Amino acid sequence: MLINYVPVLLYMGIVVGLIGSIVLLSELLGKKRHTPQKDIPYECGMDPIGDARYRYTVRFYVIAMFFIVFDIEAIFLYPWGVIFKDLGWFGFAEMAIFVFVLVVGLAYVWGKGALEWE
Amino acid sequence: MTLTIPTFSLISIGPWLTLALGAILILLVDALSKGRKTYFPYFSLAVLALAAFQTIDLWGAQSTDFARMVYVDNFAFLFYLILILGAALTILLSRPYLEEWGKDMGEYYALILFATVGMMMMAASAHMIMIFLGLEVMSIAVYVLAGFFREDARSNEAALKYLVLGAFASAFLLFGMAFLYGAAGGSLYLDELAKRLTDAATLTKPLTLLAIALLVVGFGFKVAAVPFHMWTPDVYEGAPTSITAYMAVAVKAAAFAAFARVFFLAFPAFHVNWHMLLWVLAVATMTLGNVVAIAQTNIKRMLAYSSIAHAGYILVALVAANQLGAVSILYYLLAYTLMNIGAFGVVILVARKKDSYLNIYDYSGLAYQHPGLAAGMAVFMFALAGMPPTAGFVGKFYIFSAAVQAGYIWLAILGVMNSLVSVYYYLRITVLMYMRPAEADLGPIAFTPAVTACVIATAVATVLVGIFPGWFYDLAMNSVKIFPSL
Amino acid sequence: MAVPLSYYLALSVVLFALGAIGVLIRRNILIILMCIEMMLNAVNIAFIGFANAFQAIDGQMFVFFVMTVAAAEVAVGLALVVAIFRNRATVYVDDLNILKW
Repeated sequence: MLINYVPVLLYMGIVVGLIGSIVLLSELLGKKRHTPQKDIPYECGMDPIGDARYRYTVRFYVIAMFFIVFDIEAIFLYPWGVIFKDLGWFGFAEMAIFVFVLVVGLAYVWGKGALEWE
Repeated sequence: MTLTIPTFSLISIGPWLTLALGAILILLVDALSKGRKTYFPYFSLAVLALAAFQTIDLWGAQSTDFARMVYVDNFAFLFYLILILGAALTILLSRPYLEEWGKDMGEYYALILFATVGMMMMAASAHMIMIFLGLEVMSIAVYVLAGFFREDARSNEAALKYLVLGAFASAFLLFGMAFLYGAAGGSLYLDELAKRLTDAATLTKPLTLLAIALLVVGFGFKVAAVPFHMWTPDVYEGAPTSITAYMAVAVKAAAFAAFARVFFLAFPAFHVNWHMLLWVLAVATMTLGNVVAIAQTNIKRMLAYSSIAHAGYILVALVAANQLGAVSILYYLLAYTLMNIGAFGVVILVARKKDSYLNIYDYSGLAYQHPGLAAGMAVFMFALAGMPPTAGFVGKFYIFSAAVQAGYIWLAILGVMNSLVSVYYYLRITVLMYMRPAEADLGPIAFTPAVTACVIATAVATVLVGIFPGWFYDLAMNSVKIFPSL
Repeated sequence: MAVPLSYYLALSVVLFALGAIGVLIRRNILIILMCIEMMLNAVNIAFIGFANAFQAIDGQMFVFFVMTVAAAEVAVGLALVVAIFRNRATVYVDDLNILKW
């Protein structure tokens, strides 16, 4: 019974070990130069302290729109992934078509230059 | 676990695939190649023609496909043809108008094709999911098209109003579908709904009635029925004129296709209730549309209220719910497609310089300066008013006969009275054109070949379909045989 | 222990009503869009509730489609808000009065 969970335990061990070693290594090997910019708590690029009525640049909205549109399509990948094996090649082809349509959308967005920040 | 993957045939949704692939190709070419592209209208027309041929090739089939999600029958095919006709005429109208605004872009044509795919899905859907998806594929494309003149504040405003109210209405439609799902005990296939909703009627009756009311709200919004019409005049006025034409004919046709199919197929057991509801809606829609249209001085706004009134006439046919009623829905939508797109074609021709001439008084004396154009407009106005020998007359004749046949004498009388009211404001345009001197020199009108051809073709077709209604009547009669309850 | 169907429906109806009221009384376009999302999610709860009660799968399928469509709708809505803001520097529906509302 409990023996079935050994892979989970192993997995957790690997995760903790990997993260721990990365943090430790960067602490040991990295340069430590402090600047006022760097010491700000990271808040997705926003100033953590300041007027809440700060106006975002419109480019954030454009990126947010693309994010919404492409992100939500992943919803269809989950049920497909659960029965991927049972669906076989038919399911694979269906999903390939679906993803192709998404790629068309991406190609369109890219071709129109909407992904350029400037 | 073994899964049985249902068999399906891509041929039965061939027209959708053609249009969708065409639209995708336009988008890709537009985004990934440099330089101005002038061939998109021709390409879209070719794609529409191919889809029409595929539809004609499918004609006569009667089945369902894709695990009973899609109907493959003549009712859907006839709607396909009407929708393709509407889209093609719109594309003919568009080019010079878009160029004037500096907006002749590939997306426009791609979006029209996508919207047409959505409309076809609505016309062929056999399951509520398909209706919802078709409705949204159509609506989202049309929201964008309504706001296509991005730098124009009016176009922005029209698109936003359409989007907010449209999404609001689809939420009601969805809520109706959810309750229907509950009332039917977990099925949303239209044919199964009919069976399930009779069996356990006593227990789930209130839920079903609520669902029907919510569905009426959703569909009523899309067809612009009173009291869900508030968006119509604003959106029609603000949207690009070619898109206004498209919205008035194609969106309405698709919405009525789904409306008719759902109510004829799924709710025969509740016909007393929904007949009563739609009776009230039809009378309110006709009356308000016609009365308010009289007060309008902007031609696009006037045609918007006229479009509300025409939705009212078609609702009369829906209330009648007999074979002639269903036939008259199809016939009237064809007639309306021809005469309304023609009228908007004239509006586009007259309203030069970024829509500077949209007032109805700009039409004064048009007959002296441009007799051909005025004659065309007169044909469309007579047709919209329902005078013989145009298609508009025959359509109204079928609708009101259907109402009388079904025993709704009062509804027919109110409808005829409404047509009389409508004669006033349609004829006013004709009177202005022929009997008033021009207020100012209208100046030259650029008769571009495509728009001129579109206006001439629709004018001729409006009269021809009115004089020889027989062939289309037979087609429509053939296609409404699929409704067992009529 | 299963949550009874009536709870789902009550929550759904209340959320839907709140969303509808929000659309009607709020004046900021972004908040109106959020209220519409709320209405759509209320519908989703109703579908999930029914699907759970009938042990039928179509209700859950429907929810997937509603969610994707809602995302598309909101993306178009945001795009229009940006276009309007560029032209008119406002996000309040009361300021959108060129066309008679």
